[in-house]
Amino acid sequence: MARRALPARPGPGPVRPDRPDTPPPVIRIRRLTKSYGHGDATVHALRGPDDPATGGPLGVDLDIEQGDFVAVMGSSGSGKSTLMNILGCLDVPTGGRYLLDGIDVGHLDEGQLALVRNRKIGFVFQSFNLVPRTTALAQVELPLAYAGVRAAERRRRALAALSLVGLAERSGHRPNELSGGQQQRVAVARALVTAPAMLLADEPTGNLDSRSTEEVLGLIDGLNATGRTVVLITHEDEVARHAKRVLRLVDGMIVSDLRQAPVDGPPPALHRAGVPA
Amino acid sequence: MILWQTLRFAAGGLVANKVRSALTMLGVLIGVASVILLLAVGNGSSVAVKESITSLGTNSLTVTSGSSFGGARSASSAKKLTVADAKALATEADPHAVRSVAPVVTAAGTALNGDISYSPGSIVGTYPAYFETANQKVEHGEYFTQDDVLASRKVAVLGATTAKQLFATADPVGRQIVVGGTPFTVVGVLRAKGGTGFTDPDDVLVAPLPTVQNAFTGFGSVNQIMVQAASADSTAQAQSEITRILLGTHAIADPTKADFRISSQTSLLSARESTTKTFTVLLGAVAAISLLVGGIGITNIMLVTVTERTREIGIRKALGAPRGVILGQFLTEATLLSVVGAGLGVLAGIAGSHFRIVGIEPVVIPESVLGAFGIAVAIGLFFGSYPANRAASLRPIDALRHE
Repeated sequence: MARRALPARPGPGPVRPDRPDTPPPVIRIRRLTKSYGHGDATVHALRGPDDPATGGPLGVDLDIEQGDFVAVMGSSGSGKSTLMNILGCLDVPTGGRYLLDGIDVGHLDEGQLALVRNRKIGFVFQSFNLVPRTTALAQVELPLAYAGVRAAERRRRALAALSLVGLAERSGHRPNELSGGQQQRVAVARALVTAPAMLLADEPTGNLDSRSTEEVLGLIDGLNATGRTVVLITHEDEVARHAKRVLRLVDGMIVSDLRQAPVDGPPPALHRAGVPA
Repeated sequence: MILWQTLRFAAGGLVANKVRSALTMLGVLIGVASVILLLAVGNGSSVAVKESITSLGTNSLTVTSGSSFGGARSASSAKKLTVADAKALATEADPHAVRSVAPVVTAAGTALNGDISYSPGSIVGTYPAYFETANQKVEHGEYFTQDDVLASRKVAVLGATTAKQLFATADPVGRQIVVGGTPFTVVGVLRAKGGTGFTDPDDVLVAPLPTVQNAFTGFGSVNQIMVQAASADSTAQAQSEITRILLGTHAIADPTKADFRISSQTSLLSARESTTKTFTVLLGAVAAISLLVGGIGITNIMLVTVTERTREIGIRKALGAPRGVILGQFLTEATLLSVVGAGLGVLAGIAGSHFRIVGIEPVVIPESVLGAFGIAVAIGLFFGSYPANRAASLRPIDALRHE
């Protein structure tokens, strides 16, 4: 497997409040549109405001700072999943530019996109999406294996990630031997094991009971507190309360952008719990 | 690292669907085993033909009179073969082409051993060279000699069947029998050749030529002249030598009007051998088709597997699996299926070739084992590459959404 290098970028270390110049945003999208179908049947999943001159969609603009914790809210069909898929390089936009960590994703070929997904993005899905019949340890090792990390190093890092989510003693269990909450924690461990620039979570608590929800959100809060950028999609206000910034999408347009806490601080949930920054 | 990992993933994928994998392998197994076995059966029958050629004497040629089958012998224009012709062949032929010449007369008669009476299939009068030319070996006792021929002694060598009929289990050597009123001393018994056709080659009585001519046929023509070529390769050369000399002795200018025929065992049997070759090719073709069907089975199963595991492919792609890794995983699975199936097929084919099949002892062709195995693996790769390619080119978002 040929390994291709991506353009260099500053390390993902914790954001210091005293930093004089603001780092480049992890995500910068400009006039991003996504439509399905052709002609009259065209559906604009992402459209942004209408262009006053032509009446056509202008596209969505969005910047997400490093270390931010953004919740994207909206009803089903509002385009939030489309946004998430494009942010995760799983889908390609119809129009507009998407810069992830300073790299224009639109110019990458399939192999480079695989590399971007592997190195820069950690996914947490609503339906866990663990590989069937594979032990928790092997699940977490998987992204490292695709990155070409050596077996011993892979094992060490995977075990470290599993103990971070409190599942070190369950490393030999298969998905069908784990509860939903445990499965999602394995998924979180898998998402963070490559130390990605951004954690993308698509309704991570949608299939979980309230206790598991708290556990998983607590993990995500913790990750954000150590400087990891988090983009989380949800339709529950309870979950959105954990974010520093809440975006609301309606019909493919960002209708509100509310900041609940500063970027350079702990996530609001930890702040409320009195954990020092 | 990646190779080992891919192999582990592939093996895991196969083990997850044991019954399905086993049935797919069975398809390849049957294909490979039938290729090996059917080619072995075809080869076995051609080996059997070759053995019967050697038992008849590979380099023997038989000269008979007559220009064609049927009436030629009775036609007055056709000159009969004589002992003089045989002598001409023995003295004039190139010794590099012709090793020995034996004129043969055949007669019918009844042999008596005391009060046991038996009529051998044929009573042959000839020279000692006959034994080697016709590949007749004495098992017990000895051949009659050139001296016996010159002295026209009344000695006889019995074929195995004749000996058994006349003497049962007793030793015939040295005993007296009476054939057509003439007493003969038995000097040897031929080794049994076993029947390969309608006539039993062991049902004979062989005696010196002048003795038989004196007692039965008279000193006229001979029935045939058996010529032994110097080697199996020189039969063609021997044949042209015989034609040249006999055209001379019979004073015929036009070779197309020859009044004698030369037939070689080899030419008769090579025709039979080419028939068995056609047979082998036909069997091989049938087997190859079953191998192909096994390959299509692999495609089918891999397509099902890819469809079934589309979501898993999506997950892997979301985690950053490059196209090559996904392609490699499914190709490895298909190859594993075909390698294991073909390996088992080789074992089954070789095991099956230890049994007699429709009266033929199968003889495994080593190349067919390697070939069938190689082709099966290649088929696995070829037919596996389509589903694997389909898996690898799935868009991650489509794969993830697949239910």
